[in-house]
Amino acid sequence: MANKTTVVLPCSGIGKPYGEIGRQSTYTLMEDLCPGKVTTTCLAKLMIGDPDAVELVKNNPVITLDGCAQDCARKNVESAGKKPDRAVRVINTFKHHRDLKPTGILDLGEPGRKLVEILASDLALEIDCPAKKEGSADA
Amino acid sequence: MLELVEITPPKKVGIIPCNGEELPEGTLTRFACRKVLDQIKPNNTVTICLPLFINNGKEERGFVENFPTITVDGCDKRCGQKITEKLGGKKPEHSIVITDLLKEHGINAPGSARTLVDMDQQAIDLVAGEIAKKVDEIISKPNDGGK
Repeated sequence: MANKTTVVLPCSGIGKPYGEIGRQSTYTLMEDLCPGKVTTTCLAKLMIGDPDAVELVKNNPVITLDGCAQDCARKNVESAGKKPDRAVRVINTFKHHRDLKPTGILDLGEPGRKLVEILASDLALEIDCPAKKEGSADA
Repeated sequence: MLELVEITPPKKVGIIPCNGEELPEGTLTRFACRKVLDQIKPNNTVTICLPLFINNGKEERGFVENFPTITVDGCDKRCGQKITEKLGGKKPEHSIVITDLLKEHGINAPGSARTLVDMDQQAIDLVAGEIAKKVDEIISKPNDGGK
């Protein structure tokens, strides 16, 4: 994935913290860890078949980040005609760090923010970004 | 003698935010909707997860078919409204577009999709208040204002 822009697509869930962890991990990759190498688009735009969004995912590597087992981000990318290069369930990161329980849905608290750091750092390695932070684990 | 009183459950309205991850206005839909769900109208509102609705989520489809909805879109692409109309088989009771609402009230959009700051609270309150107003309009209807 080194020489292309990677599209990271988090799900849109706002019922549990894991959707927000996916979104914040996406922003962390875009702005902190892999600026210029990662972008995102609105999942809803993809769902209505917006031409720009569809082209973006078809022409670039895609990582989906899903907050629950419904895998909506992955399924919607597949519906747009693209198999994601990597499909991540955020809950798996939490399973490796059960001490880091988010304290809110949109305001994740310190434990949730730590999970964001861990997930984003692991994904940065796959995207081949240099700025890996310490303390990461499997996504 | 005891008087029998019919107890009816609170009317429910589905709030469908676009949640647009790319735009600050999408982030605003999330925060405003959560404020309505958690603080302003907790007994009368539920949220519909738009991607799950598309992915044939049975609860989501069933709710949209049988209950009134309000879509909250971050921009004039109106993704939430379009999807609701296409898959729900009916128009939402109300459709709110954040860019239009902010412009109407002379309030700036948040500067970042990543994080909202203190100065964005006015925008959150405006959107949440508008949603709550529309919820009140729906549940005050005598007949079909939700089950």
